[in-house]
Amino acid sequence: MTRRFDLWATLTDPLIRQNPVTLQILGICSALAVTTSVATALTMAVSLTVVLTLSAGVISVIRRHIPDTIRLIVQIVIIASLVIVIDQVLQAYFIEISRALSVFVGLITTNCLVLGRTEAYARYHPPHHAMVDAFGNGLGYSLILIVIGALRELLGKGTLLGQPVLPLAEAGGWFTPLSLMLQPPAAFFLLGLAVWAIRSVRSEQAEPPQSAELVRKEPGE
Amino acid sequence: MTDLWSLFLSAAFAENMPLSLFLGLCTFLALSRRTESAIGLGVAVTGVMGVSVPLNHLIYHALLAPGALAWAGFGELDLSYLALIAFIGVIAATVQLLEMVLDRYFPRVHAAFGVFLPLLTVQCAILAGSLFMVERHYTLVQSAVFGLGSGTGFAIAVVMLAAARSRLAYADLPAGLRGLGITFILAGLMSLGFASFARMAAL
Repeated sequence: MTRRFDLWATLTDPLIRQNPVTLQILGICSALAVTTSVATALTMAVSLTVVLTLSAGVISVIRRHIPDTIRLIVQIVIIASLVIVIDQVLQAYFIEISRALSVFVGLITTNCLVLGRTEAYARYHPPHHAMVDAFGNGLGYSLILIVIGALRELLGKGTLLGQPVLPLAEAGGWFTPLSLMLQPPAAFFLLGLAVWAIRSVRSEQAEPPQSAELVRKEPGE
Repeated sequence: MTDLWSLFLSAAFAENMPLSLFLGLCTFLALSRRTESAIGLGVAVTGVMGVSVPLNHLIYHALLAPGALAWAGFGELDLSYLALIAFIGVIAATVQLLEMVLDRYFPRVHAAFGVFLPLLTVQCAILAGSLFMVERHYTLVQSAVFGLGSGTGFAIAVVMLAAARSRLAYADLPAGLRGLGITFILAGLMSLGFASFARMAAL
């Protein structure tokens, strides 16, 4: 196996096969909260991918110098510093979107995806591998976020990125917006259905019946 | 007094952390397989939120808010961008303290909590409690009530979800829906139910 192939697999695996949201159960909080429209989903996806890639790189560079006992604190401080930078950039140039995202940019700090990947991968691998892995995971996360964001915006408001797509009933068209789609429950339903769809196509991801599940190791945040 | 009660109710039900704001979902989903662990998690989250939100309120308004350091001659200084790191530090310290206190005085409870306590450091719901406190300009008393209310709401939701999931062992689900898929749908249904509680806070 050549190195180029290896990197390619590391990059593309997390898109569907090892998707962080639907398979690893990482980073779900923000995935659901910011998906009421494509624009916020997109901003969140970009911010998270940037933070994830940079923090994986930084932590991987100093991985041999972090004492094992305090590594969680070191990792969180590195992640929090990067998040503060992103937050300031958003507030400076995209104030509208920054308001819409509210506290969720700050919450990237505790996004299980960032800590999960640095804990599970960046800690043991050289920087370029770690960054490729992080970037791939960021893309996988973005994919789910944008798909759900697009569905919710399309069905809830009949628009995509603010542009009208479906003709609304009020304006003489045929489409009546489903206001439920903008409510929290719809995000749960859509993500549940997305998980079902992915696992029906890739049946190896399906979970065994529940009795075996109790023994499996619980993924932490 | 009635204001505080309605703040408590809205934090616990109308703005339920996992079900309507999607916060703390990772532990919410991962630790809701069994009712016992769900109860442990719920109590721990309530305790940590009840302590860390008012504590962060004090720190934010004494040190970080714009102009808070005027007494030291730095009237212009605005350190609010450091809030995130300070809050995380306080939460980690609170969790650690709680663990030590429990270990010393209630060893049995401590043993029951097991691994959940350290995990709470990176619980998004707890950090979000502090961030909301800043964003909504709560007073000290309000932030304590808000912290306790959100924690209680989380506890109720996670115990209910665990109870529902343990019944699923007898259900014959399609293979792809088993586990995570059906849990999302369950959470969605619960979220619909909690949405109707929203009126309670307004009463």
